[in-house]
Amino acid sequence: MSSHVGFIVAAYLVAAVVLAGLVGWIVVDGRVLRRRLADLEARGVRRRSLAGGRR
Amino acid sequence: MALVDLANPTRFLSYSARLLPLTWGLAAVLMAVGLYLSFFASPPDYQQGETVRIMYIHVPSAWLSMLGYAVVAVAALGTLVWRHPLADVTAKSAAPIGAVFTFLALVTGSLWGKPMWGAYWVWDARLTSELVLLLIYLALIAVWQAVDEPGRAARAAAVLALVGAINLPIIKFSVDWWNTLHQGESIFRVGGSTIDPSMLRPLFVMMGAMTLLYASLLMMAMRNEILRRRLRTLEITVAATGEAGGAEAVRAEAGG
Amino acid sequence: MIAAMGLIAMQTARLSFRHGGGAFVGLVFFLAVVTVVPFAVGPDLRLLARIGPAVLWIGALLATLLGLDRLFRDDHDDGSLDLFVLADLPLELTVLAKCAGAWLATGLPLVVATPVLGLLLGVPPAPLALTTATLLVGTPALTLIGAIGAALITALGRGGLLVAVLVLPFTIPVLIFGVSATALGGPVAVTDPLLILVALTLISAVVAPLAAAAALRGGLD
Repeated sequence: MSSHVGFIVAAYLVAAVVLAGLVGWIVVDGRVLRRRLADLEARGVRRRSLAGGRR
Repeated sequence: MALVDLANPTRFLSYSARLLPLTWGLAAVLMAVGLYLSFFASPPDYQQGETVRIMYIHVPSAWLSMLGYAVVAVAALGTLVWRHPLADVTAKSAAPIGAVFTFLALVTGSLWGKPMWGAYWVWDARLTSELVLLLIYLALIAVWQAVDEPGRAARAAAVLALVGAINLPIIKFSVDWWNTLHQGESIFRVGGSTIDPSMLRPLFVMMGAMTLLYASLLMMAMRNEILRRRLRTLEITVAATGEAGGAEAVRAEAGG
Repeated sequence: MIAAMGLIAMQTARLSFRHGGGAFVGLVFFLAVVTVVPFAVGPDLRLLARIGPAVLWIGALLATLLGLDRLFRDDHDDGSLDLFVLADLPLELTVLAKCAGAWLATGLPLVVATPVLGLLLGVPPAPLALTTATLLVGTPALTLIGAIGAALITALGRGGLLVAVLVLPFTIPVLIFGVSATALGGPVAVTDPLLILVALTLISAVVAPLAAAAALRGGLD
């Protein structure tokens, strides 16, 4: 049965890599979006709702 | 704090910001406990030996692949029936995450199968259904990719998601029928016909851990999507009216 | 109302039979698929006869799905789609009529060609008759399910392979029961899968027009 250790390790490893990849993708995507929004804001472009109150 | 208050994307951003540390924290704790239980505190299966430990990630992944589709389907209803503003965001965010868990279920199922059946893939009913589910997820993602305008993409994807929801029981039934018709060698059973209680505990802990992980990822992806829509609105306005016009930018789409 | 649906069906069929309309190409594609398989698996007639019904079914499936992208395309382009949406006849019934017309032009010829192509694959008479029968019952389901994809891509403005990608999973049950119903002397009596196939066609006759109409409406704003 010890010959099956490879499969167990592979399964958990794939899960770890895939899930880490998913987390990474979401986090990086978020950072890029926030940076581009900040750029626009720095240039004076704002959402109208920030100027007044809530609708 | 009525549920309908969550419908406001800005409110969702603030609520999710407060929830996320909790869900991540709980997920981490449960994951640690679950992994410990999976490896050190549960016995090998009398039939399958140590490889049964793969079940502790395979079953949660499969469960989340199905829960993920339920999320997409309910969100699709929200888009088509109630035009709920957050429904579009939810559906678009949930599709790739669900697809990843489906893929994970397939890979871990295949790695579990190789020592058991001698082949990485034998077209057994459960894994084949998961494969078809992956195809449906990929079709949904293709629809989201195909259209720029978020509202139209959301409606098209919602129709497809609901058609998929109706079809999934039919597909499951058909694949089961097809599989018993072409019955191969060994029948795949998890730990015999019942699961020993000492295996249930690690399984449930891992299920909880992965579900919390899913919820965290979904919230984060939804936050991204809300930001993406705001960005798109602003960029369109800037392109149309120049920076001065952008400075009076239109509020982000409420209805998507 | 029935008269209006009949008109739409006949119009769709007629347009499809015309030059560049797609009916003929679908049939040729069916022949092409059936021809290509022996090159891949070898000319062993016993093997071909055994997989024959499956090959015919796959050929019909692909020919149907790949030919459906134009189902709503022309109406969309010349503005008739807007008229259909606004007309007295419910859009769902219009879709049903268009599917009927499309099936007459593309599906029915496939069914008629099946006995001939089955001979190419060496399928014995009894399974071949069953295959033809199951295709007769099942190709309408394929057209209907494919119409959902056609409606979606019309709304999205894309084409071709995407129709197949979008709805192929939903055609799997039709395929499973269609082929199973040809297996004479198999573990299951042929009537069971055949009845299920009929049920699937009837279900798709209800679900597909609803879904396709929703997709068409969603794409029009």
